[in-house]
Amino acid sequence: MSSPEDLTGPRQPLYQARKGVYPKAVDGFYRRLKWVIMAITLLIYYVTPWIRWDRGAYAPDQAVLVDLANRRFYMFQIEIWPHEFYYVVGLLVMAGIGLFLVTSAVGRAWCGYSCPQTVWTDLFQHVERFIDGDRNAQIRLEKASWGVEKIAKRFSKWTIWLIIAFWTGGAWIMYFADAPTLVRDFWSGNAAPVAYATVGILTATTFVFGGFMREQVCIYMCPWPRIQTAMMDEKSLLVTYKDWRGEQRGSLKAAQANPSAFGDCIDCNQCVAVCPTGIDIREGPQIGCITCALCIDACDKVMAQIGKPRGLIDYCTLDDAEVEKKGGIGKPVLKTLLRPRTIIYFGIWSAIGLAMLFTLGQRTRLDLAVQHDRNPVYVQLSDGTIRNNYTLKIRNMQARPRIVDIYIEGLPGAVVWTADGDRASARQNVNFAVDPDAVHKVRLFIAAPAQGPARTEFQISARARTGDERGDSDTLIFERPKEDE
Amino acid sequence: MAENKRIDAPTGTQTVGHEWDGIEELDTPMPRWWVFTFWVCILWGIGYVVLFPAIPLFNGATPGLWNWSSRGQLEQQMKAETLRRAPITNALSAIPVEELAGNEKLYQAAIEGGRAAFKVHCVQCHGSGAAGSKGYPNLNDDDWLWGGDLPAIHYTLTHGVRQPDHEETRFSQMPAFGGVLNGGEIDAVAAYVQTLSGKAKPSARSAVGATLFANNCASCHGTDGKGMREFGAPNLTDGIWLYGGDAASIKTTITKARYGVMPRWNNRLDPVTIKMLAAYVHSLGGGEATATPATATAPDPEKVATNVQP
Repeated sequence: MSSPEDLTGPRQPLYQARKGVYPKAVDGFYRRLKWVIMAITLLIYYVTPWIRWDRGAYAPDQAVLVDLANRRFYMFQIEIWPHEFYYVVGLLVMAGIGLFLVTSAVGRAWCGYSCPQTVWTDLFQHVERFIDGDRNAQIRLEKASWGVEKIAKRFSKWTIWLIIAFWTGGAWIMYFADAPTLVRDFWSGNAAPVAYATVGILTATTFVFGGFMREQVCIYMCPWPRIQTAMMDEKSLLVTYKDWRGEQRGSLKAAQANPSAFGDCIDCNQCVAVCPTGIDIREGPQIGCITCALCIDACDKVMAQIGKPRGLIDYCTLDDAEVEKKGGIGKPVLKTLLRPRTIIYFGIWSAIGLAMLFTLGQRTRLDLAVQHDRNPVYVQLSDGTIRNNYTLKIRNMQARPRIVDIYIEGLPGAVVWTADGDRASARQNVNFAVDPDAVHKVRLFIAAPAQGPARTEFQISARARTGDERGDSDTLIFERPKEDE
Repeated sequence: MAENKRIDAPTGTQTVGHEWDGIEELDTPMPRWWVFTFWVCILWGIGYVVLFPAIPLFNGATPGLWNWSSRGQLEQQMKAETLRRAPITNALSAIPVEELAGNEKLYQAAIEGGRAAFKVHCVQCHGSGAAGSKGYPNLNDDDWLWGGDLPAIHYTLTHGVRQPDHEETRFSQMPAFGGVLNGGEIDAVAAYVQTLSGKAKPSARSAVGATLFANNCASCHGTDGKGMREFGAPNLTDGIWLYGGDAASIKTTITKARYGVMPRWNNRLDPVTIKMLAAYVHSLGGGEATATPATATAPDPEKVATNVQP
C-alpha cells in the first residue's frame, strides 16, 4: 500500500481485473446448516414441477403450474385466474416484507444462505474442489501453464458446471408446462422456441454467474446489499470480528512468548481463506460480506486448537459489540430477535398472509360480468315492445362443466332470448352449459313492454346448478325511449 | 482540485480530489468485466448499423443488409394473417348462404368479420350501432322491408336497393298519390293507416280512408296492411316507421312517395365479405330463421304478446 502522501507512483488504473477467490473447504455448525439449506432449496427447485396433483379430468394434474398460454396459475389446491392476480401481488408483497423481517432480525441471512446466487456458487465451488482440489491446489493450477492436466481439469470442471447449469435452466421451464410432456417435446424438438431460448439463457447465466462472476454479482450487480444496509440497524445480527478480544494480533509463537501484549487472534488467515467473497472480516462490516458465517466455523476450529474460547468471530449486533467492548455481556439471541421492529414486520407479514387465506376461502367460483350495449341503447320492436341488448361473460372457475341459470329480476314483463334463439323462444330465464374452467360469452336480448320509466334498474343473476351454491349478480339499466321521442 | 487527490489509507484507493464538508469520494477502479459489457454494446451497435436501416441519407436511409423496413414487416404480417385466415375464408366462400347459420363456427367467424367490414362500408348510413335513422333502416329490430333471413339479407346486400344500372336489384316504386288523390282523400288514407297500428281510433274519416286504401294501396301493402316483402312494401300495422309514423309524415309519404336506395355491393366487395356482412346484420337481433316460405317461422304477434306479459 502506498503511503497517504505518496502520489508520485503510477496513476492508479481505471479498471481492475477480478482478484481470484479460492475459498478453502471448512467444516462446522454453519457449514452444515448451509448444506441442509442448500439441499432443501435445490430439492424444492428441481422437484416441485414433478409433483402431481389430481384436479379431475378438466384441469392439469401438475401441483405447481404457471400456465401462461391459458392464463391460469395452479398451486396445489389453489387455482388463480388472471383477474385474481392480486394474490400473486400479495405473495410478492409478503416476499418483500419477509426480506425486511429477516434483514432487520438476522442481517443478510438471505444473502448468506438461501440466495440462488449463493446456493449455486456454493454448489459450483464444491465441484471445483472435487476436480481441482482445495484452495492451495486451485491457486497452483491457476498459475500453472496450460498443460494436459490443466486442460483436462478445466474441461471436466466446466462440463460438470454446464450440466448443472443446463439442468437448472431446464427445471425452470418445467414450471410453465406439463413437465413430462415438455421433457418429451424438448428432446424431440417439438417444444416452443421460447422454451429453448429460456433454457439457453438460464444455462448461460447459471454457468457464468455461478462459475465466473460469483461475488462480483453480489458486489456490483445486485441492488439488495445496498438496500439491506438501510434495512439493518444496531440490533441486527452481523458476522463480527471481536477486535477488542482479538487485537493486538500476532503469531502463536509471539503470543505465547508475550501473552499480555497480544489478543486471541493469531493471524492465521483462516477466516480470509474460507471466505467465498474474498474479504477480510477483521476489517469490520463491509458490503462484500454476505454473512455466510463460514469464517465463524474456521475461527472456532482454530480457537479450539489453541485452547481459547470459541466466538472470536461470531454473530453479534453493533449494540452488543459496544457492551462487550466495555466488558459487559450481550443480550441473549432471543431478545435480539424479538423487538418492536421485527414484531411489527412479522405482524404486517402475517396479516397479509391471513387476509389472503381468508379471501381465498371466501371467493366464489362463478362470476358474472354484464355489459349493456351502448349503441343503440334500445331497439323498438315491431309489436311496440322495447328491446335492450346485453353481453354476458359467465366465468366458470371450477374444473367441471356446469349449467348456469340466468335470471332477470326487477323488470316487469321482461323476456329474454339469446342471439342463436329467436323471439319466439323468449322466456323469463335462460341457461347455458359453460365449459369447465372457461368463460362463456353470450349476447342476450331482453324485451319489455314499452310502458315504463325511461330507465329501470334491474338485476341479472347467475347461479350454477352444481358445485358452489353461491352465484353472482349484476345491477343493470333497462332503457326505453323518453316520452317526447 | 486535482491537487487534493490523496491515497485513502484504510482502502489504499485514491480519492477523486473533491471534498464536501469533509466527505470525500473514492476513485475506486471499475471491475474490468464492466468494460467488456461496454465493448459488447459497441459491437452490437456496429452489427445493428450494418444489418438495419441506420444512417440517414437525403432521401431515406441506408437499407442495411437485412433490408428490413416497418412497411415490409407489416406486409409480411398481413400475408401471414391472410394465410392464417385462409381456411375460414375458403370455407365461407364455399358454403351456400342458406346453410351458413347452421354452421355455428363459420357463422360466428362471419359475424366477427362482418362487424369489422360494417364499420368501414355501412356505418355512413346505418350508423355505427346499425340503429339507422330516419330513412335509413334500423338493422337491430325485427322489421324487414325485403326479408330478414340470411339469404334475403344477403341478396339485398349483393344487389342493393333501387340501383338503376342493375337488373337484379331490389326494386319497387310507390306511386306519388299527390296527383291521384286530393288533399281530403290523402288525409282520410293517413287516418286509416294510423288506425292499422293502433296509433289512432277508427273514425268516420278513417272509414272513408279504408275504402281508398282497399282500392289504391292494398295491392302492395295487402288488404290487412301487413305489407309484402316481394315489393319491399312495409308492414303498416307495426310500431316501426322508417319515415315517421305521425299524421304529417304519413301524409307526406302518401303524397310524394319515398324512394330509398342502397348501393349494391357485388361490384365493390368480394363475395366472402358480403356473406360476412349478411351474417353480422342477421346477428343483430332481428335476424329470422331461413325457411321457405319465409313467413312460416315469423313470430305470431299474439303469441309474443302473451309471452311478454305473463
